[in-house]
Amino acid sequence: MANRIEVALKAGVRDARGERIKREIEDFLHLAVDDVRTIDVYTVDAVLAPGLLEQAAAGPFSDPVIQVWSLDKPLATGFDYVVEVGFRPGVTDNVGRTAREAVSYLSGTPFADGEGVYYAVQYLLKGLLTADDVENIATGLLCNTLIQRYTVLSSQDFSQKGGFAAVAPKVQSGLKIEVKEVDLNVSDEELMRISREGVLALTLDEMQIIQSHYRDPRVLEERAKIGLGAKPTDVELECLAQTWSEHCKHKIFAGTVHYEDENGRKQEIKSLFKSFIQRTTKDVREKMGDKDFCLSVFKDNAGVIRFNDKHSLVFKVETHNSPSALDPYGGALTGIVGVNRDPFGTGQGSKLIFNTDVFCFADPFFKKPLPKRLLHPRRIYEGVVEGVEHGGNKSGIPTVNGSLVFDERFAGKPLVFCGTAGLMPAEVNGQPGHDKYIKPGDLIVMTGGRIGKDGIHGATFSSEELNENSPVTAVQIGDPITQKRMFDFLIRARDKGLYRFITDNGAGGLSSSIGEMAGECGGCRMDLAKAPLKYPGLNPWEILISEAQERMSLAVPPEKIDDFLAMATRFGVEASVLGEFTDNGVFHILYEDKTVAYLPMDFMHEGLPPMQLPAKWVPPLHEEPVCAEKLDYTEDLKQLLASLNICSKESVVRRYDHEVQGGSVVKPFCGVANDGPSDAAVVRPILESFEGVVTAHGICPRYSDIDTYHMTANAVDEALRNYVAVGGSLELVAGLDNFCWCDPVQSEKTPDGPYKMAQLVRSNQALYDVCMVYNLPLISGKDSMKNDFYDGTVKISIPPTLLFSVIGKIEDARKAVTMDVKRPGDFVYLLGCTANELGGSEYLALKGFVGNKVPRVDAISAYARYQAYHQAVLQGLVASCHDLSDGGLAVAAAESAFAGGFGISLDLSRVPWQGLEDGWNDEALLFAESASRLLVTVRREHSEAFEAIMGDECCARIGVVTENPELLIEAIEGHNVINADLAELKQVWQSTLREL
Amino acid sequence: MAQTRAIVITGNGTNCEMEAAHACRMGGFDEVVIAHIAEILSGEVRLDDFHFLNLTGGFLDGDDLGSAKAQANRLKNAAVDGSGEKLVEQFNRFISAGKLILGVCNGFQLMVKMGMLPAFDGNYLNQSVTLTHNDCGRFQDRWCYLKVDAASASVFTKGISGGIYLPVRHGEGKFVCDSEATLERIEREHLAVFKYSDPEYDAATMEFPANPNGAQNGIAGICDPSGRLMGLMPHPEAFVHYTQHPRWTREQLPEEGDGLILYKNATEYVRKNLV
Repeated sequence: MANRIEVALKAGVRDARGERIKREIEDFLHLAVDDVRTIDVYTVDAVLAPGLLEQAAAGPFSDPVIQVWSLDKPLATGFDYVVEVGFRPGVTDNVGRTAREAVSYLSGTPFADGEGVYYAVQYLLKGLLTADDVENIATGLLCNTLIQRYTVLSSQDFSQKGGFAAVAPKVQSGLKIEVKEVDLNVSDEELMRISREGVLALTLDEMQIIQSHYRDPRVLEERAKIGLGAKPTDVELECLAQTWSEHCKHKIFAGTVHYEDENGRKQEIKSLFKSFIQRTTKDVREKMGDKDFCLSVFKDNAGVIRFNDKHSLVFKVETHNSPSALDPYGGALTGIVGVNRDPFGTGQGSKLIFNTDVFCFADPFFKKPLPKRLLHPRRIYEGVVEGVEHGGNKSGIPTVNGSLVFDERFAGKPLVFCGTAGLMPAEVNGQPGHDKYIKPGDLIVMTGGRIGKDGIHGATFSSEELNENSPVTAVQIGDPITQKRMFDFLIRARDKGLYRFITDNGAGGLSSSIGEMAGECGGCRMDLAKAPLKYPGLNPWEILISEAQERMSLAVPPEKIDDFLAMATRFGVEASVLGEFTDNGVFHILYEDKTVAYLPMDFMHEGLPPMQLPAKWVPPLHEEPVCAEKLDYTEDLKQLLASLNICSKESVVRRYDHEVQGGSVVKPFCGVANDGPSDAAVVRPILESFEGVVTAHGICPRYSDIDTYHMTANAVDEALRNYVAVGGSLELVAGLDNFCWCDPVQSEKTPDGPYKMAQLVRSNQALYDVCMVYNLPLISGKDSMKNDFYDGTVKISIPPTLLFSVIGKIEDARKAVTMDVKRPGDFVYLLGCTANELGGSEYLALKGFVGNKVPRVDAISAYARYQAYHQAVLQGLVASCHDLSDGGLAVAAAESAFAGGFGISLDLSRVPWQGLEDGWNDEALLFAESASRLLVTVRREHSEAFEAIMGDECCARIGVVTENPELLIEAIEGHNVINADLAELKQVWQSTLREL
Repeated sequence: MAQTRAIVITGNGTNCEMEAAHACRMGGFDEVVIAHIAEILSGEVRLDDFHFLNLTGGFLDGDDLGSAKAQANRLKNAAVDGSGEKLVEQFNRFISAGKLILGVCNGFQLMVKMGMLPAFDGNYLNQSVTLTHNDCGRFQDRWCYLKVDAASASVFTKGISGGIYLPVRHGEGKFVCDSEATLERIEREHLAVFKYSDPEYDAATMEFPANPNGAQNGIAGICDPSGRLMGLMPHPEAFVHYTQHPRWTREQLPEEGDGLILYKNATEYVRKNLV
C-alpha cells in the first residue's frame, strides 16, 4: 500500500512558489485569485520498517524551521479549490528519485523492484473561482498534460473524500515482450501507412529501398543462417528509421541540389555539407598552413581546436526545438544537459567549461488566437528559460553568453539553441586527447540513467513538422544530477585509462550510439536484455531506440572492465556490459540470446541514395518605405530601446549562474551599475593562467526575408565582431554553424520548397565566402530542417535562421575590453562604414516595413579593420568598444553611454559613409545596421597612437564622452536629432522584460 | 615545517570545488585535496588528515528536497566502508579537534541543515535556522556588498575593515530563524558575521537587490560561537583576483580579490594552532 507524506509551510512563512503562481494566473489567464499556497506531496510505495516514514518526513523531506509534515493526513485548509499535479507514469521524476535515495539511506537498504517514491505538488487556490476557471488554471498553467496528471477538488469534495487517495503512478505493464515481423511485400500505399503510423518518418523511396533489401537473395541467405526470416523485424525497421532520419542522417544537407539562380543559371550541388561546410574548413586550414589549429572536425560529437600546448578546446551547439514546443521546461532542460554530453563524449572526454544559450520566441505578450496544440509564447518563454536555468546551474557550468530573439513566426516552433564548451588535456595517457578508437573484442558498456519509454521516436518526430498528433513519448525530462554523477566518475575513469572510446546517447538512443561506434571497428553484437530498465515491459525495439537521458556509451577493453565497474559502483553510477564490438560487418542485436536484428553495416550507413532537391532563387521584392526626414528621432530611439530584440534581458540572464568555476573575466553585464550588455564572454578555464577563452555569436533571422545570403554573411560577421570587440585574437578562432530552417523539401504541404531550398543554398554560399576571408574554420554544427507547424489548415514556418557561434582565444585576459564608456573626455570613434542599408532593420520593423536594402558584408575590408583594432587592444589603447547591430549607431551609443554612466556627444556628419549621396540622411546614419562596425572610445592621450594603428581602415572620430549624463547626436544639418537623458533611456531599455 | 592541509568535498552536485581549491592554494595552504564523497565513504580519504574543510557551492542532489537536504541526510546516516563508523562521527571528531570548516552557498545550506551552525551550546547537530527560497522567487547571480561584524569571533574575517564585495548565486538564500530568540541570540553573540549592506558598508539592508533574497536582518553568513565554523551564501572563492570583479575594466583594483582574506586567515589560524 502507498502512503502519503505531505509537507507544508508553517503559518506566516512566505510561499514564494505560491506567490509566483498567483502572479501568473493573473498575468496569463486574467483571473483574480486572493491567495495561492502550495504543499509538497511524497507518495511512498514501498515496504518499510515501522517508524521509517515518520523519520523520512521529519528528516530529509521537511525543514523543521519553516515546514510541518503529516503522514496519511491532509494538511490543506482554507482554500476554495485544490489542484494536485504529479507526473504521468514513467516520466522522469527527479525529486521522487532523490526522495527514494534519501529513504534508502535511512533504512540502510535499497528499494526493491517496483517500489518507489513519487512527487506531486498541491496548489491551494482561494478566491471567487468557478470550476471552469480552476480547470483552466490547471491545464493552462499548473500542468502540462503531456507529461503530468492532475486532480481538482473543491473544498467540499475534499472534505467529503478526506483529501486525496494515495496512488502511486506506476507504469502498468504486463504486455508480453515480443518481436514482430513486418511484411514489406505490400503496395506503396501500405508502405507509407507503415511509415506514418509507426512514426518512422521514412519516405516512399526509403521504404522501397528497405523493401528491396529484404528481397535480395544474398541477404535472405545470410538471415536464414542465423535463423531470421525474410521479413524485417520491428527492431530492424525502427533501427533503420532512426539511422536514416533527417535528424541523424542530415539527408537534406547530404542530398543533391539542383539550383537555379535569379538569372536562370543552373548548378548541381552534390551535398551542401561537403560542398560548402566541409570545404570551408578544408580550404581555411590549407590557407592557414602551419598556423592551422584544428584538431578534430566534423567526425566527433563536437569540434576540437588547440588552446595551448597542454590543452585543447571543444565546442558544440545543438538545438532542441520540437521537444521544447511540446514541453518547454523538459525540452529545454534536456537540450542543455543533452549538449553537455557532446563535448563530454568527444575524444577521450573533456571537462565542461561554459554553456551558451540562444532562444528564439514569439512575443511573450502575444494577443492573437493560436492554433490548438501550440502553447502560448509566454509559457514557452517561461518554461524554456527555467529549463535551461535548472539544467545549466545544477550542472555547475557557467552560462556565459546568449541571446533572446523575437519574431512572431517562432510561435510555430521556438528555437532553443544550447551550446557547451569543454577543455581536454592535449594528451591523455600518452595519446592525443581528441582521438579514440575501438578494437574488436572491446566491450559495449552503457553508463548513467536507465532506459524507459521516454524519448521514443524523438529523432524521427523531430524530422517531421509539429502537428496535433505529435507523440507524447518524444518528450524527455533531463536529470542534471544523475548526469553530473556520471561525469564525475567518467572523468576520473578517463584519467585512469579505463576506457578506449566514449560517446553520447542522444537522438536515436543505442541504435545511434552503438550503430556509430560499430562503424569504427566494423560491427557489434549486443544483447538488449542486458540493458537496465526503469520499469519492465519494454519491447526490444523500444530499448534500442529510447532516448532516455543521461547515458553514455563506451568501449572498454576486457582487461579493464573489472576496474571500470568497481569504480562505477563506488561513485554510485550504474554501468552495464551489453555486448562486444566485432569486425564482422554486422550490426547484430539480440534479446535474451536470440537474434532480433541483423543488419549489414554498409546497408545501415551507406544504403541510402542522396535525395534530389530542386532549388530556385527568385529574389523577393518588398515595399520600399520613403525616408521620413524628421528633426528629432529621440522617440524612435526610445521605442527601439524598448523593443523586444534590443531591450535588456537582465531578468533572464541573472537567473543563470555565469560565474561558477571562477574564471569569468568579461561577464554578461558590465559598466558602472553592472547592467550594460556585454558583446561577448571571456573566461579563464585554467585559474592559474591568464589565457582566456572568448566566445560570441551572431544571429539575424530578419534579414532572411530579403536574402539568406546576407542574413548569413551578417550572422558570421556579427559573431566575429562581437568576439573581436572584447579582444579575441584573430589567430585562433573557429566557427560553428547551426542551421534552423523551415522544411525546404517540395511536397504537397510545402509547395514553396524550391524557394526555401534556394535560401539554404544561398546561406551556404555566404558561409563559405565570408569564413574564407575571416580565416574561420567550421569545426562543428548542426541542422534542424523541419521547423514548421501544420495542422491541416494553418501553417507557420519560422524564418530561416543561422546561429553562428565562435570560440577562440585571448592570450592575456587582462587585456579584455568591455562596452561601457570609461571617463569623460575620451574620444569616440566609429570603425566601419555606414550605408543606406535599413532593409530588415529593427527600425523599419518598428515602422511596419521590411524594405530591400539589406546590409552587405565587405569581408575583406572588415577583416583588415578587425586586425588593426586588435593591435590597438594589445597595446592597451582601447577604453571601451561596443558592436553595432540591432538599432544601429543610435542604440549602440545609448547602450555604451548608460552602461558607463557618462554622456556621449556625436556628430553624424563625421560618420564614414559608403555609397550614393542620395541615401545619406540622418535616419540611415542613426539606425542602419550596416555590418562590421564598432563604436570605440579612446583616452585623449592615446588617440594619436590609435589613429596611427587604424590608418586607412575606415575609422573616424565622431564625438566625445561627456560628463553630462545625456546622449546628444547632431544631425547632418547641425541640429540635435537625439537629445536624451541617459537615465530615461536606460529605464525604457530595462522596463520591457523586467517583470518576466 | 608541518604541512597545512585543506580538503574540498565534491560529488552529488557540488560545483565549486575547483575554484575553492584554488582559493585555498592562493590563501597559502601547503596541500589541497579535492575529494569526491565516494572516496570519503569508501574510506580512501579521511577527514582526520586535514585541518580545513570546505563545503562549497553547487546543487547537492539537485536541491530536490530543498537545498542540501538530501546530502545532510546522507552525511548523518551513511557509513564509511570498513571503519564501522558513520561519516557524521568523522565530522564530530573534526570539530572537536578545533579544526576549521567553511561552508559556502550550498555548503552553508548543508551546514545549517545538519545543525552545524549556529551550534549554540556546543550542539553541532541541531537545526535552528534555515535558508529558503529568495523572496523574488528566482535564482539570482549578482554582486553584493557585505558588511562584516568586526566584533564576531570568526577566525576567517580578522582584519577586514568595513566589509567585502562578493557575488551571490542562489535560489534559496533567505536566512530565517526558528524563533525571535534564536535571531536575538545570533545578534547578541555577534554570530551574524556578514550582512547585505549598502556600498559603504554602513548598515545592513532589506532592500532588493542589495539584499538579494530577503534574509532576516540582512544576514548573509554566520559563524558558531568558537568562530571556527562559518557559512555564508556569497562566494568568497569567486573573488580572489581582480579580473573576477564585474567592473575591473573601469576601476583601479588591487591584485587580490576581497574573498581571498578568508582563506589567508584560515591558513594563518591553522599554522598557529593546528600544526
